[in-house]
Amino acid sequence: MNHIIKYPETHPLTWRLDTINKNPIWINEYHKKNGYSALKFMLNNMTPKDVINLVKDSELRGRGGAGFYTGIKWSLMPKKNNIPRYLLCNADEMEPGTYKDRLLLEQLPHQLLEGMIISGFAIEATMAYIFLRGEYISAENNLKKAIIEAENCGYLGRNILGSDFTFKIVLHTGAGRYICGEETALINSLEGKRANPRIKPPFPAIVGLWGKPTCVNNVETLSNIPAIVLNGSNWYKKISLSKDRGTKLMGFSGRVNNPGVWEVPFGISARELLEDYAKGMKKGFRLKAWQPGGAGTDFLTEKNLDVKMDFDSISKVGSRFGTGIAMAVDHTVNIVSLVLNLEKFFSRESCGLCTPCREGLPWIVKILQSFEDGFAQNEDINILEDLCVQLGPGKTVCAHAPGAMEPLQSAIKLFRSEFEQCIRKNSFSNIEMINKKNMFKLNL
Amino acid sequence: MNMMKNKLNDLELKKIEEEKKNYEDNKSISIEALKIVQSSRGWVSDELITEISKILNISESQLEEIATFYSQIYRKPVGYNIIKYCDSVVCYMMGSDNIKCKLENILKIKIGQTTNDNKFTLLPISCLGNCDKAPVIMINNKTYSNIKISYIPILLEKY
Repeated sequence: MNHIIKYPETHPLTWRLDTINKNPIWINEYHKKNGYSALKFMLNNMTPKDVINLVKDSELRGRGGAGFYTGIKWSLMPKKNNIPRYLLCNADEMEPGTYKDRLLLEQLPHQLLEGMIISGFAIEATMAYIFLRGEYISAENNLKKAIIEAENCGYLGRNILGSDFTFKIVLHTGAGRYICGEETALINSLEGKRANPRIKPPFPAIVGLWGKPTCVNNVETLSNIPAIVLNGSNWYKKISLSKDRGTKLMGFSGRVNNPGVWEVPFGISARELLEDYAKGMKKGFRLKAWQPGGAGTDFLTEKNLDVKMDFDSISKVGSRFGTGIAMAVDHTVNIVSLVLNLEKFFSRESCGLCTPCREGLPWIVKILQSFEDGFAQNEDINILEDLCVQLGPGKTVCAHAPGAMEPLQSAIKLFRSEFEQCIRKNSFSNIEMINKKNMFKLNL
Repeated sequence: MNMMKNKLNDLELKKIEEEKKNYEDNKSISIEALKIVQSSRGWVSDELITEISKILNISESQLEEIATFYSQIYRKPVGYNIIKYCDSVVCYMMGSDNIKCKLENILKIKIGQTTNDNKFTLLPISCLGNCDKAPVIMINNKTYSNIKISYIPILLEKY
């Protein structure tokens, strides 16, 4: 909503955005808008312990999808010794339907850098890597420029602003594969290995990058830090409408009138997001289902639209808040085809480490394809339901397979009849038609 | 001439050396080194895998493991321009299948193939993070949003 006036106190993440030209906020503009004052304040007034306690008090939760408390994650880092330690910024945004980090990376690179420098100080790291998705070309260019600007102003490098804090940020770009966004897979990828997730424990805080203590935080999480340092944890707690603190980039995509991403307080209803921000469904289209936070979250329906957008409320209605970027499915979309598309993605992006994921996902794709082609058998729904359990939580090293099961299990639960209709089509004439189609293909 | 093609040139060597100072371990440069080599040559040949592994002092199989795992490293020749159409869920709902068909028809190739004149290779890609402007395609380093079928011929003429 463009008519909303953004104040630093109400829109800490996005008030600096150039909403008209959508230009990146470079260092001069960032300085004019209070940029790097949180860093200066912190270096003069706070110890690493103070920063960790402040972030703990603020109850900031990770914005990558899992929602772990950032302050607690930081406090898991061992006491300072002579071993190097690392801060990693997870900028490998690839969850289908998610486009929030891209905005922060492309248009507010300095806000992220300031957040990273403060976070690096808090966990007493001297080195950080931004693991950026290779396809985010403008983000790469803008971050490169911003890092040089920050270095020239003395915000990065040796003895930052005359203090004894030394910090370096390196931009590392990937070469595809969704799984790199999983924090331990990200570490493996950064080490130049296949991006297979690692078994936890040991957690990255103890054994991370090159075996050293490592903290991995999402772009949006880190971008929240400067405002918390400047305005304090009480302010941060008060700006939300729910138990989850602060603001969150939320969005709606699909056949809505105004698809986009907006900074809103936690706890606004999904209906408000859909109707006020996304301006409702396009003319002639009805809402059939929606995913609250990315491809790996359970479908909800119109009945759930009054749910509060926060971690607890969304899980109470049977889904997951995830990345908070919602997707509307309209009535023209066949749910079986949609789930087939989602499972093809998960199947293609499985790293192949765990058997249930490596073998189960292609199997699911095959079964769903048979539903779409009209020759699924009655028991195939049961097989799918069984696979939802076999690929569910606890069966694999990481959350890739369980995430892939969320849309499938909820689609079967909510739209079972659409799956059954595919079976009923299964008649002799249908099989004949498929045979003809295949013959036609061969003749070509 | 062929010998040159199978060796790393000075610029590539310089860029790879440059990267070494940012990491504790040479292995970490694998992906970047492959990308550096690929950026000017389009793809990475067997001979270049050998060359890069020597520079990084890691085994060929270790490097091959990386080169074949990551989807944006090409181990086969590709066309001069690479078209990646997003086939993830939001673009799918907004009509990415039609875009795929249109591209296949115009270019007279299927997914994963290269045109006869070597001008275009067509590949699918996972969500490009532009879902509020779906459907999306990417040609080389440029992302195009809100694609309509009718735009495609005009878009391709630019290349």
